[in-house]
Amino acid sequence: MGTNELQVIQQHLIDPEICIRCNTCEAICPVGAITHDARNYVVKADVCNLCMACISPCPTGSIDNWRTMPKVRAYAIEDQLQWDELPAELSAEQLAGIGVNDAPAADDDRAAASALADPAGQQAFNSASFGASLPPWSAAHAYTNLYGPKAAEKTINAKVVGNVRVTEVGATAGADYDTHHIVLDFGTMPFPVLEGQSIAIVPPGLDATGRAHYPRQYSIASPRNGERPGYNNLSLTIKRVLEDHHGNPVRGVASNYLCDLQIGDTVQVVGPFGTSFLMPNHPRSNIVMICTGTGSAPMRAMTEWRRRLRASGKFEGGKLLLFFGARTQEELPYFGPLQNLPKDFIDIHFAFSRTPGKPKRYVQDLMRERAADLAPLLEDANTYFYVCGLKSMEEGVVLALHDIAKTASLQWDSVGASLKREGRLHLETY
Amino acid sequence: MSSIDYSDKIPNNVNLSEDRTLQRALEQWQPNFLNWWDDMGPEGSTDSDVYLRTAVSVDPQGWAQFGHVKMRDYRWGVFLNPAEQERKIHFGDHKGEAAWQDVPGEYRANLRRIIVTQGDTEPASVEQQRHLGLTAPSMYDLRNLYQINVEEGRHLWAMVYLLHKHFGRDGREEGEALLARRSGQQDNPRILQAFNEQTPDWLAFFMFTYFTDRDGKFQLCALAESSFDPLARTTKFMLTEEAHHMFVGESGISRVISRTCAAMNELKTDDVAKLRAAGVIDLPTLQRYLNFHFSVTIDLFGADESSNAATFYNTGLKGRYEEGKRNDDHLLKGQTYKILQVQNGQLVEREVPMLNALNEVLRDDYIKDSIGGVERWNKVIEKTGIPFRLKTPHKAFHRNIGALSGAKVAPDGRVLSEAEWKANVDQWLPTGADRAFVASLMGRVVEPGKFANWIAPPVMGPNRQPVHFEYIRFN
Repeated sequence: MGTNELQVIQQHLIDPEICIRCNTCEAICPVGAITHDARNYVVKADVCNLCMACISPCPTGSIDNWRTMPKVRAYAIEDQLQWDELPAELSAEQLAGIGVNDAPAADDDRAAASALADPAGQQAFNSASFGASLPPWSAAHAYTNLYGPKAAEKTINAKVVGNVRVTEVGATAGADYDTHHIVLDFGTMPFPVLEGQSIAIVPPGLDATGRAHYPRQYSIASPRNGERPGYNNLSLTIKRVLEDHHGNPVRGVASNYLCDLQIGDTVQVVGPFGTSFLMPNHPRSNIVMICTGTGSAPMRAMTEWRRRLRASGKFEGGKLLLFFGARTQEELPYFGPLQNLPKDFIDIHFAFSRTPGKPKRYVQDLMRERAADLAPLLEDANTYFYVCGLKSMEEGVVLALHDIAKTASLQWDSVGASLKREGRLHLETY
Repeated sequence: MSSIDYSDKIPNNVNLSEDRTLQRALEQWQPNFLNWWDDMGPEGSTDSDVYLRTAVSVDPQGWAQFGHVKMRDYRWGVFLNPAEQERKIHFGDHKGEAAWQDVPGEYRANLRRIIVTQGDTEPASVEQQRHLGLTAPSMYDLRNLYQINVEEGRHLWAMVYLLHKHFGRDGREEGEALLARRSGQQDNPRILQAFNEQTPDWLAFFMFTYFTDRDGKFQLCALAESSFDPLARTTKFMLTEEAHHMFVGESGISRVISRTCAAMNELKTDDVAKLRAAGVIDLPTLQRYLNFHFSVTIDLFGADESSNAATFYNTGLKGRYEEGKRNDDHLLKGQTYKILQVQNGQLVEREVPMLNALNEVLRDDYIKDSIGGVERWNKVIEKTGIPFRLKTPHKAFHRNIGALSGAKVAPDGRVLSEAEWKANVDQWLPTGADRAFVASLMGRVVEPGKFANWIAPPVMGPNRQPVHFEYIRFN
């Protein structure tokens, strides 16, 4: 039972120390998820749909608090009504203790949630707050949640039709620090996707506590018309997880399962997810892509779709810029194929932070070098920015955009705000 | 002929451009409003670009647009909350009938009176606060003051819209009168007495926004239940803005407390003279300000027994706070409610018909809500380890309306003789010396990120801006 329940949620909570009990959130909530007694205002975790309607009207910011929780352990409103202050965030160890090994990669709701979450509100620069929650105006319509806990079908089976290593590392026998390109085919079942969307895979079996594994989310690396054009398939970029965030050895359940799949195997899929990290479709749109490691998946998808359009002769204008970082060239997925793209089609910059004998270089260093090209693009309403990769890169990247704007005498206040408002800056970090 | 495009200049969701009569009325009224703003709006603010929140629609994205604007150019919008399909009247004699989209003739006078009384408080508070900018404790606070001022202006627009749209010539005349009355003026004062008092300093301003704007919340909540649908929808949207005003009050006092407690711990003293010498506001003075603002504000709810209140309820014009969430018959006939009065030197409760006591019902709801915030202030004190608690005074303390008017009652509820009252009143209400001391602290601090010594900085600014953000560009 409940094998496919998304078991980890970002629980929306109200900070009772800051809240002034003005009732605005309760009045504005379209689904009646907020209630109160004489003491506190609280959010019903099972009713809240993370629509964020309550966030900006809150005069205090107390509404904007989030806790990673297993769904079954979500704080009940009876608990919340008793609080004088918010409980601390559960530590990684505590979460692991109740069966949560690592949080799933952000889907859009969660990305929006964490982008708006700034618990202390004391950071001078909150990069996440500039991320858009709306897609570009010319984006295609995205289908979401066709399969999942609330859909008629909880999961869909896909067949593995390809599994290849896409990094140089891992080439020698025994070395499994590698990244795989996996192709899944849906046969005759509907699974329409767009570049920038993600899907989730349900690893088979049970975890240490005897519960079903929760689904792990991955960005799609192929364009809308299939990894192979005209086929009902898509690809994923999966890096083996061999250590946790603290460097302790641990084999990631889902990533190792996926990297070890054989052609012909069947996997359970949930999704698709994502309604904002979508590419613009109008012919004059420029795309600036900034990514690290497997964050390249959606960039590959967007680049490939544009490449196919160009090859068909239907699409002429629009620049593509890629800033791509990895530890070394050997660890960079798709390094070879990327080299073969025409220079007048895409402008590529690699940054390697661990090349022996060379200074560390990060994507934001490359961006600053290209400030003269990026500044006019920041101002250009036809240019869209996409950032995907490790959480730690996000602030550096947005700060680099901020500094590039300042150096060019642009007002970051208005540039940053319009990037967000017009769906021109998309952040997906994990 | 005016060629101003009002549907552009006045953001609205009421199809302003399609209603010629209304447009003509507003064309006449708008220049007068701007004249009033120039005369009575915040002093010395004309050239400043202020980082303000402007509502351009009622959905969550549209109602909080931030940017630097001159206040005179603020886009005072007219917004109604989205209509509820086939909304039914849910209390009073008309319960179960369809809500009114226009004013029923027989209730015209009462509705007009309710709207005018509410509308009158909006410009009045702008007038009361117009000098405060000269003594702002920080650029952040000055911006908050200005935000409140423009939103009170917008609330006036909201009420004038109703008057123009639904009350014809009478409405237009009332619209002009709203701009003609002046807070504190002898010959043409504002309607409610609390709105003719001065707001002399920032401590009073914070107390006012905490207590008196909370009265606004309760009045608006009661009107948001109204059977007159346009009034209900207008006041519902006003409530989202009112929340910011209460936030300014609650967080303002909280920051004053936090600064005072920090000084008490630094100096290791609770000696009022030493603390005053250190330039912070001592907690007993805060308590006296609290007593004053609390008691003056609960008077605003009106007489404890009122046949008007019963009429407004029976006829469906004004409900109770959270009427829709209450589980009773929503008619209240035959029910009773306890009100207080002084008898033979003692406070005694007396049962009266609930319908006549609806002002008291709303007052009691308000008191409950106010106490919550005071308890949150106490938590701030508690955290610093200082053994002091702020307390709201007894409901009968320092009252000037209804059965308790003029009764001499201590903050703890003891009934006093005239002599006892006189001997102690200086401990309970701010004295001339208190007000002079607080006034002596009021100096203008407006460099970005700097704060007057008597108040702590906030944790963050509006729209997640940092505290040192340049909220106002003085040109």
